[in-house]
Amino acid sequence: MQIQPILAALKQHKLATFLIAMEIALACAVLVNALSLIVNRLSAMHILSGVDEASLGTIVVTGFEPQQVNDLNARMITGLRAIPGVESVDVITSVPFGGRGLVSGITLDRKHYDSVIEFYVGSPGTPEALGLKLVAGSVPSTDDYQPLVGRDYFPASSRVLITRALAGRLWPDRNPLGKEFWMAKWQFRVSGVVANLAVSRYTEYGERGAEWCVFVPALPGGQLAGTYIIRAQPRQLDRVMVAARAAVAKIAPGVVLDEEDSHTISFLRARFFQADRTMAGVLVGVIVALLAVTAFGIVGLASFWVAQRRKQIGIRRALGAMRMDILRYFQTENFLIVSFGIAIGVALAIVINLVLMKFFEVPRLPPWYLPIGVVVLWLLGQLAVLWPALRAASVPPAEATRTV
Amino acid sequence: MFGYYLTLALRSLRRNPALTALMIVAIAVGIGAAMTTLTVLHILSGDSLPGKRTQLFFPQVDPTPADLYNAHHPLNMMDYGSAVDLWNARRADRQTLVVQSPVKVSAPGVDRPPMMLTLLATTSDFFPMFEVPFEYGGGWTAQEDKNRVHVAVISSDLNDKLFAGQDSVGRTIRLKDSDVRIVGVLEPWRPHPLFYDVEGSVTGNMVSMGYYGKPEDVFMPFFAALDVNDGNFSQFTCWGRGPARPGHLEDSPCLWVALWVQLGSAAKVADYRAFLNNYAQQQKAVGRFANTDTRMLDLMQRLDYEQVIPGNVKLQTWLAVAFLAICLFNMMGLLLAKFLRRAGDIGVRRALGASRQAVCAQYLAEAGMIGLIGGIGGWLLTLSGLWLVRRQQMPYSDLVHVDVSTFIITFVLAVAVSLLAGALPAVRASRVAPALQLKTL
Repeated sequence: MQIQPILAALKQHKLATFLIAMEIALACAVLVNALSLIVNRLSAMHILSGVDEASLGTIVVTGFEPQQVNDLNARMITGLRAIPGVESVDVITSVPFGGRGLVSGITLDRKHYDSVIEFYVGSPGTPEALGLKLVAGSVPSTDDYQPLVGRDYFPASSRVLITRALAGRLWPDRNPLGKEFWMAKWQFRVSGVVANLAVSRYTEYGERGAEWCVFVPALPGGQLAGTYIIRAQPRQLDRVMVAARAAVAKIAPGVVLDEEDSHTISFLRARFFQADRTMAGVLVGVIVALLAVTAFGIVGLASFWVAQRRKQIGIRRALGAMRMDILRYFQTENFLIVSFGIAIGVALAIVINLVLMKFFEVPRLPPWYLPIGVVVLWLLGQLAVLWPALRAASVPPAEATRTV
Repeated sequence: MFGYYLTLALRSLRRNPALTALMIVAIAVGIGAAMTTLTVLHILSGDSLPGKRTQLFFPQVDPTPADLYNAHHPLNMMDYGSAVDLWNARRADRQTLVVQSPVKVSAPGVDRPPMMLTLLATTSDFFPMFEVPFEYGGGWTAQEDKNRVHVAVISSDLNDKLFAGQDSVGRTIRLKDSDVRIVGVLEPWRPHPLFYDVEGSVTGNMVSMGYYGKPEDVFMPFFAALDVNDGNFSQFTCWGRGPARPGHLEDSPCLWVALWVQLGSAAKVADYRAFLNNYAQQQKAVGRFANTDTRMLDLMQRLDYEQVIPGNVKLQTWLAVAFLAICLFNMMGLLLAKFLRRAGDIGVRRALGASRQAVCAQYLAEAGMIGLIGGIGGWLLTLSGLWLVRRQQMPYSDLVHVDVSTFIITFVLAVAVSLLAGALPAVRASRVAPALQLKTL
C-alpha cells in the first residue's frame, strides 16, 4: 500500500484531518487517565478488611455515663448473646469501615511522631471473633487483656497485634516481633502480626495508611464500652442484626442506639466506598460516551469523504483497482489520522496526569496504560471506518463515466 | 434575512438526517455532562452569606509547644484560654466561639426515645453574625452568655421531631442531665458549605460528614453548654499528658475551641491583625506560647484553605469539560466536511452577489440551530444526570436541584459551543472562491 497518495489527498483536507486528529488526541488523553483513575478507585475499594465481613455486624450505643459502663457492657453482652443465631458478642472500640475509630500518631523514639494509625481496643475473644489471620508471633493470651484504668484509652503497657502493612511501615525488612512503639504515655509491644486489618476511617495518610492498624487487648469497661461486634452465620446475619437493633431498647433502656452505624460490616463497607463507586461509575460512563462520540465522528467524516470521492473511486476502479485496494485505502487513511492523533494524545495524557497529580490526589500514570489507550483507539478507528470503507469499496467502476 | 437563513439551515439539516442527528446527540451528551457537573460544583461552591463574605474572619494563634508534630501551624483550633481571651477582648464588631459536641437529647412529656445529636456551644453573636433565620423566638443575650443561663435554640428538624413543628418557645428539652429552656426555633437552615464549622458537619457521634451535612440541632450559650455537656467534649489535638479528665477540656493542654469575628472595614481588619499578633507576642513573653505565628483568613480564603469542595467533584467537572471539548472538535470536523461539500452552492450564492459575511452568517445559523436542538437534549440529560446525583447517598445529594438559571445556561452554553464549533467551518466556507466552483459545475 502506498502512503504517498493518501497523504496527498489528506493535504486537501488539512483542517478536517487536524480536527479529527485533535479529537482523537483528547479522547486518548482522557481515556488513559480515566482508566488509570478507575483502576485506582477499584483497587481502593478492594482492600482486604482482614475480618470475616460476611459474618460480622456491629451495634453502637451512646448516651451513657462513665459510671454505667460495667452494667451496660454486662447487659449488652448477655442480652445480645441471647438472640438466636448469635455466635459471639465482644466489646471493641470500632470496626473496619465503621467510622468513629481511635486514631492517633505514634512514635518509636518518644520524640518524633511519624505515622498516624488506628487503634482497635477489644475484649477477650475479639481477634478470634473478627477472624484475624495471624502470620507471625502469637495472639494475646488471657493475661494480656488488662483493665482500663480511669478514663484511659489503653492499659499502660500492652502486648499488641499489628498488621503486616504497619510492620512494613515502621520496621521495613526487620522482624517486628518484640519491637516497641508509643503513643503519649502508653507503651505498646508487638506480640504478633496479622495479615490484614483495615481502618474504620481514612487517616490523613488516606489509602496509603488504609491498613495501618493495631489491635490492643483490654478488658471491657472504662473507655471500652458501647460498641459491640456480633458474629453470626452469614445467612442468619441480617436477621440477627434486625433483632439486635430492636433488642437494644429492652436490654439497655435509656441509652441511644446509633441507627447510622449499627449495621453489618458489608453494609458499612459499601457505604464507606460509596464515593469511590460513584466516581468509578462516572468514569466508565465518560469513557463509553467518549468512545461512542469519537467513533461516530469518524464514521460521519469518513462517510462524507467517501461520498465526495465517489468519482475518484470510480476512476480508480475503472483503472483496475480491486475492491480490496479501495477498502485498504480508507483503512490506511484512518490509521494515519488516528496515529497522528495518538501521537499528540500520548503527550497530552502525560501532561494531564502531571496536572492532576499536582491538584488532586491522583497517582502517577502507569506507563503501560499508554499502549492500552493507543491500541483501543486504533481498533476504534478501524471499526468506525469499516462501514464507510466498505461502502467506498462497493462503488462501481461505472461511476467514473457518470456526472463528469 | 435571518429567518431565511434559518429556513436554509433547516433544509440543510434535513438533507443529511443521520449526520445531523449525530451532531445533535454529540452536543447534547457533551452539554448534559458539563451542565450536570457544573451544577453540582456551583451548588457545592455555595454562596453562604454573600453580603458578609468579606467581613467574616477566622483568627488563629498557635498555643502548641515548639516540638508538636504537625506541619500546618497554626492549627485550626485554639485552647480554651486563648479563645476566651480573644473573645473577651471584644475587639471585633462581633465575635463568636464555636465548639461541637455530641449530646443526648430528649424532651420531658414527649414520648420518644432519647437521640444523640450535635450541640453547638456558641455565643450570642452567632445568630446575627451568620444571619441565622428564626421561625419562632430568637437567640439569647450577651448577658445570658455571661450568666451561664440554661437556654437553647433548636433546629427546625428537631422541633418537628419533638414538638411536631409547633411553636415550642418556652418549652423544655433535656440535654444530658439538664433541663434547658427553648428560646428560639430556627427556620429550615442549610448553609452550604457549612462554613463556620471547623471540621465540617458532624453527626451526633462526631463522625464527620464533610462540609455539606446539616448544621447542628441544638445551640446553647458557650459556657452554659460546657457545664451541661461536661465530659463529652473532644479535642482536636493535645500535647503533654493530654486532658486530666477526658471530655473536660477547659484547663487542658488541648486545642478544641474556634473563634469567628466580624470586621466591618479594612482598617478594623488591620487593627485586629495587629491585636492578634500583639496577643501572641504577649503570650510568648509570659511563657505560654512557643510560637508567635498567627493567621487570619476571611471566609472565602478559609473555605479554600480547607478545600471544602470534594476533589472528586472537581475532577468530574474537568472530565466533563474535556469531554465537551471532544464533542466540540467532533462537531467542528463534521461541520467543516459538510459545509465544504456544498462548495458548489456557496459558489453560486457568492456569484449571485452574496457577501462573505452573508455566507458566513448562513452557516453560523445552521450551527446555532444544531446547538439549540442539542440544548434540548442537553437539558434532558442534565435533568437525568442530576437525578442520578440526588440518588447517590452523598451528604450534599439533597441540596442538588435545578432552577431557571440552570435551564437558561444550558441553552446558552449549547448554542455558544455550537457557534464556536461552527465558526471555523463557516469562515472556511465563506472563503470558497466562486469562480473556481462555477467552473466545475
